Amino acid sequence: MSVLIIAEHDNQQLKPETLKLVNAANKLAENIQLLVVGHDCQAVAEQAAKISGVHKVILVSDEVYAHQLPENTADLIVDMVTGDITHILAAATTTGKNVLPRVAALLDVEQISDIIDVVAEDTFVRPIYAGNAIATVQTTDKVKVLTVRTSAFDAAETDGAANIETLSNVKANNISAFVSAELTESERPELTAANVVISGGRGMQNGDNFALLEGIADKLGAAIGASRAAVDAGFVANDMQVGQTGKIVAPDLYIAVGISGAIQHLAGMKDSKVIVAINKDEEAPIFQVADYGLVGDLFEILPQLEQAL
Amino acid sequence: MKILVPIKRVIDYNVKVRVKSDNTDVDLTNTKMAMNPFCEIAVEEAIRLKEQGTATEVVVVSIGDKACQEQLRTALALGADRAIQVETDAKLGSLQVAKLLQQVMQKEQPDLVILGKQSIDSDNNQTGQMLAALSKLPQGTFASKVDVADGSVAVTREIDGGLQTVKLSLPAIVTTDLRLNEPRYATLPNIMKAKRKPLDIIAAADLGIALESNVKTLKVTPPAQRSAGIKVADVAELIDKLKNEAKVIA
Ligand SMILES: Cc1cc2nc3c(=O)[nH]c(=O)nc-3n(C[C@H](O)[C@H](O)[C@H](O)COP(=O)(O)OP(=O)(O)OC[C@H]3O[C@@H](n4cnc5c(N)ncnc54)[C@H](O)[C@@H]3O)c2cc1C
Ligand SMILES: Nc1ncnc2c1ncn2[C@@H]1O[C@H](COP(=O)(O)O)[C@@H](O)[C@H]1O
Repeated sequence: MSVLIIAEHDNQQLKPETLKLVNAANKLAENIQLLVVGHDCQAVAEQAAKISGVHKVILVSDEVYAHQLPENTADLIVDMVTGDITHILAAATTTGKNVLPRVAALLDVEQISDIIDVVAEDTFVRPIYAGNAIATVQTTDKVKVLTVRTSAFDAAETDGAANIETLSNVKANNISAFVSAELTESERPELTAANVVISGGRGMQNGDNFALLEGIADKLGAAIGASRAAVDAGFVANDMQVGQTGKIVAPDLYIAVGISGAIQHLAGMKDSKVIVAINKDEEAPIFQVADYGLVGDLFEILPQLEQAL
Repeated sequence: MKILVPIKRVIDYNVKVRVKSDNTDVDLTNTKMAMNPFCEIAVEEAIRLKEQGTATEVVVVSIGDKACQEQLRTALALGADRAIQVETDAKLGSLQVAKLLQQVMQKEQPDLVILGKQSIDSDNNQTGQMLAALSKLPQGTFASKVDVADGSVAVTREIDGGLQTVKLSLPAIVTTDLRLNEPRYATLPNIMKAKRKPLDIIAAADLGIALESNVKTLKVTPPAQRSAGIKVADVAELIDKLKNEAKVIA
C-alpha cells in the first residue's frame, strides 16, 4: 500500500497544507510518495523532501505544468498510479478540488471530498450539508481518491531527508490555456494557516472600513477574512471569503466583526478554538457559537480594541 | 450554440438540516426543497448568453425522481427552452451522475455545459470536473466570468490566491461560483408559460450506466455542538478574557 500526495505549491513555495496531507497519509500507509508537479519548482521539491514521513519526492517540472492546468496534470497523475498506489491525496483547496475529481473519473473511481478524519484505510469522515451533519463513509474502490480538509489535521514535522526523483512526462493538450492571473499580494499570513483570523461582514459598510481590521490584525499577526456578503458587495477580494463555499479555517482565535452568523459562514469557522463576535444586534446567531460576545457598534469598538492591544 | 445546464434538487439553503435519531441519514421529511443555488447561477448564465444572442438553445437536465420536475419547471420559467429528466430513485454519487450526464451530452451535443460548482447537500464539488474528464473536454471551474467568442470560452476562476483566467476550446465544461451573476426570479406569466414547454423523461436504466455507488454511508451524526459562551461588557473585559482565560493572546 502506498499513498501518492499531490503537493500544494506555487512553483516557489511549498504550501503548509502539504504538511497536513502527510499527516493524514500517515494514518493510511507506510509508504508515502509526494508528487511535485509544476515548472521551475526544484526548490519546492527540496522543501518537500524535508517533510518527515515522506519516502520519495517525485519532481515533474515542465512548462506545460506551469499553471497546473487540470487537463494536463490529471493525465500525469493518472500515469503515476502504478502497482501499489492505493490512495491519492490532495488538499481541498481550489487547486486540489479542480484536478482530483478529474483524476478519479479517469480512474473510474469515486472521489471522497473534504475528509476530516481517517477511520480505516477504506473508511473516512466528512462533513455534509454545510457541516450540519457528519458522514462516515466506506469505499470499495481499488484506488481511494481523497481531498483533505487540512484544517482538521496537524502538520507533519520537517526533519526528514527523502530522495528526489526527477521524471520527465509531458502531457500537453491543445484544449485549454492559461491567460492571466490576478493574485492578491499580502504580507499577512494566509487565511488557512493563520493562528488568528479577524473577519468583517456586511456590517463593515465598505472596503475602506476594512482598514479598521488591519490595525488589529497587525498587532495580532492575524489574517483577514470576510463573509460572502462583504465579498459580493465588493468590499474585499473573493479569496477572503470564509464559509461553506469559501475557505475553511480553524485558528486558535477567530474574531467575527459585523457578521450575522449564517449557517454557510459558520460552516467555515466553527471549528476555531476560540470565537469572538462583535455585533450590534444581540440576537445575531453568531453569538450562539461565540465564546465571547461583545454587543455594540463596531465603529466604536474596533478603535478601542486596536488601542488596547 | 447549444447550452446544457444540469440542475439538482436539494434542501433549501435557509433550512438547517437535522440528523435522524437512528444516525442513518439526515431527515428530509417535510423539508423545503429548491434548486441548488449554484445551479440557479448556471441557469441564469445560460439564459443571459441566449439573451445576448450567443446561445440559441438552453436545455436543462436533472437526474432524480419525479420530484425534480419541479426544479426543471422552475428553470423553464426562468427561460430555459427544454427540459430532460433522467429518472431514477437510486442514491447516486457524483461519478454516476457524471456518467449519466455524459450520455445526455452524447445525445444533445451541446457546445457548452454549465454546472454548479457544488451541491449544498453533498458538498461534493466533483461532477463538472468528472464530466469534463469522461468527455475529454476542458474545464473552467469556479467561474466568476464567462466570455464566449470565436469557438472558445474565456473563464475567470475564483481561486485561493485571487483570480485566474483560462481559455478553453469549445465544447467545454464550466462550473459556477457565487459571483458569476445574480439569478432572476421567475414571473407569474413565465411560470404559466413554462407548463407548456417540453419536458422529456428518460429512464436512467436505459442509458446503460451502472448506478451502484462504491461508496457506502455507514453513519451520519450531528456535528459537535458549540455552546454559546458569555457576553463581555466592554473591550477591557474582552482582552482580559482572551489573555487570562482563553490564553489565545499574549
Ligand atoms: C449557496 C450559498 C453559499 C454561501 N456561502 C457562503 C460562504 O461561504 N460564506 C459566507 O459568509 N456566506 C455564504 N453564504 C451567504 C450567507 O447565507 C449569508 O448571506 C452571509 O454570510 C451574510 O453575511 P454577513 O453576516 O456579513 O451579512 P448580514 O447577514 O447582513 O449581517 C451583517 C451583520 O452586521 C451587523 N452590523 C451592522 N452594522 C453594525 C455595526 N455598526 N456594528 C456592529 N455590527 C453591525 C448586523 O447586526 C448583522 O448581524 C452563502 C449563501 C448561499 C446561498
Ligand atoms: N442529480 C443531479 N442532476 C443534475 N445535475 C446534477 C446532479 N447532481 C449534481 N449535478 C450537477 O453537478 C453540480 C455539482 O454537484 P456536486 O459535484 O454533487 O457537488 C451541481 O451544481 C449540478 O449542476
